[in-house]
This record gives sequence, C-alpha cells and structure tokens, in this order.
Amino acid sequence: MEPTKLSMKVRNHPGANNHGSQISIIDIEGDITSTAENILMDAYTQATSAGAKEILLNFTDLEYMNSSGIGLLVTLLIRVNRQKQHLSVFGLSDHYRQIFELTRLDEAISIYSDESEAIAALGS
Amino acid sequence: MTEQSNTATADDSLPTKVSGTKDPRQAAWAEPIEHIKVREVPEGATNLNVDGRQPASPLQGFGQMWQKTFRVRLSGIDLSPAEVMAIWMGNFQKFQPPENTFYPSMAGIKPGEVLLIQAKVPPLPGLPSFLPVSTGVMVLYADDTTMTVMTPEGHPEAGWNTFSVSEEDGTLVAQCQSLCRPSDPIYEVFNRFLGASSQQDRIWTHVLVSLADHFGVQGQVTMAKVLVDPKVQWKHARNIWQNAAIRTMVYLVGSPFRWVRRMGNRKPES
Repeated sequence: MEPTKLSMKVRNHPGANNHGSQISIIDIEGDITSTAENILMDAYTQATSAGAKEILLNFTDLEYMNSSGIGLLVTLLIRVNRQKQHLSVFGLSDHYRQIFELTRLDEAISIYSDESEAIAALGS
Repeated sequence: MTEQSNTATADDSLPTKVSGTKDPRQAAWAEPIEHIKVREVPEGATNLNVDGRQPASPLQGFGQMWQKTFRVRLSGIDLSPAEVMAIWMGNFQKFQPPENTFYPSMAGIKPGEVLLIQAKVPPLPGLPSFLPVSTGVMVLYADDTTMTVMTPEGHPEAGWNTFSVSEEDGTLVAQCQSLCRPSDPIYEVFNRFLGASSQQDRIWTHVLVSLADHFGVQGQVTMAKVLVDPKVQWKHARNIWQNAAIRTMVYLVGSPFRWVRRMGNRKPES
C-alpha cells in the first residue's frame, strides 16, 4: 500500500461577490478519497468561520479522486446549502470535469476553468 | 489574506487495473454517458426501467438524503483486501437475499457495465415480498478494493452504493455504504412509513453476513445512519413518472395483451 497525501489551504479572497459577501478558496493538493473527510470538513469550517458565503474549491493540484471522494463533495454541498452559502469549483482536469458531468454534480455545483474566471463570475 | 494548512497521510489502496493506455486510476471510472445503455440482457433478466435512463445522483432524488454504512469485520482471514473484493464481486448475486436477483452483464462487474435487477418488495410492512420491481444499476467506479454503483432515474433510491474491503488494525473490514434519497414521493412514503428503509437495511446486512459466512466467519454487522439532508426536494417530485415499481406493474398487467397481439401478428404457416 502506498500512502495517500492530501493537503488543503484556505485563502480568503480580498474581494467580495455580487452581494458583498466574503469569498474563500480552498486549495486542494493530492488525493480525495474516503480518508479526506476530516481534512475537507476542517477546511470548510475554517472558510466558514472567516465569514465566507462563497466557497471555491481549487482542484488544479488534484491528483486523484475516487467515488468516495465524490460522495464527500455531495455531503459538503449539502452543508454549504444549509448554511445558505454557495459552492463552486475550478481547475478540474478534463477527466474530472467528465466525472462531475457523469455524476451530475455539475447540475448543482458551478464549474469554472480557473480562479480568475471563477472570481469574475462571482462578481468580485 | 489568511492561510492555514491541514496535511494528512493515510494508507489507501490504489487501483491497479489497466484499460488500454489510460491512466489506471482514471480507468476505474465509467466512461462519460448521458443515458444508460443496456448492451445485453442476461437470460432471466428483464430490460425495463434502465435502458435510456439518465443516471441519478443523490442530488436528483426527492426524499431525505441518508448515508448508511454497514460493516463487518472478517477476522482471521489470510487474504488481501483485493482478494476478498474479487471473491465478493465474483459472487455478487450469491450473497444477495432470495428476493433480490442481480444480473451482471457477460463482461462482469466493470466500470460502465449495467447490472439488471429483479426485486420483490412487500406491499406493506409485515407482508411477504411479492410485488416485482424491474430495475438496475450502473457500475460507476471499480478498482481492486472498491466498487460503486449508481442508480438510474426511477429506481427506488437515487444515488450511490459503494462496496469496499479495507484493512483496519490488521483485520479485514467489508463495507456497504449508500448515499441516497428516495427517488420520488411514493418511495419517500414507503421509506419513512411503510418499512422500505428497513427492508433495504436487511438486504445489505444479509449481503455482509453471507460474505462473512463464505469465509467461515461469524460476522457481526454494524450499521451507522446519518441523515445528511432532512429536506425533501419538491422540484424532483415529478420523478414519480419514472417510478420503476409502477412501470413494472403496468408492464406486467399489459403482458397478456402484448402476447395476444404477437399471436395475431404471426403469419399462418403455409
């Protein structure tokens, strides 16, 4: 067995969205599998405690995600919606963009190609 | 700008299956599709309520979203998680309860393949299971130790079931985990008030007990339920039009008429 490495960094974007709310970006590096739950939820808690209403997941440095990882994103999305926040992602490779379409997450999560496009779309 | 970091290192088995020149870890996923295509119908199966349907995630269902995790420890087995998983997938039907028949395609349980299902459900709690439901699932993801199926629209549940084997503290653990919502208001009523949820729980418990029995282990199945989303999604109430149970009943009621029509269309032998 090989070790799986995952790190997440939470950044607060200096701008705000169309409604004047804070934008937080979670930079993901490594693999998202079932072992990622605590790290992902901790990062989300940090973003929320900073007052963010817009949560952006940066998948640029994602190496691998399995079906358990997709399940984690669904549970995160439900938490985000219950807090009346909004979840978006950017930096997905073609493969994982297709996985978002196959699993129909793209119907509930906005997908942008990169950070600048996401920030522009959110109105900052 | 604030910046904080969390880092974790954990053991996680990696998929090793290779399909052509594709990255083996990407090959564990089904190819992108918009609608499920049933390429072959195994003998005894009915291709109903699956072909042409879109796969449905928990986000497209109607009812409350639950995550249910069933686990059994397979103590004393001298096999790897991948070896146990291979045996599990090779005997997938054998480990099901009698009222649940899975029909894997000839290709077996591989990403993108469809498993047709003939199930029988009780009309009310306490009554025997005799109402037929024809449905199926698509293999969304399969590697050496994990397999996830995704339901089509109209299936009783919208979402995913993941089957996996891992090693914890030197002991193998087999797990079934579902992340689903009832697909429509009828299924939601059956789930909440008429025992459908308990029946589903019994199915996965039966599967894990059967798996443990196969290895000669006295398996004690544990179950953990988490209500991920207590809200129903009224925007998906119209899923009722694709309800596989209703459509199966309509199909069966119409069977004699289809048989008579086929007889009438036959050309007389000269």
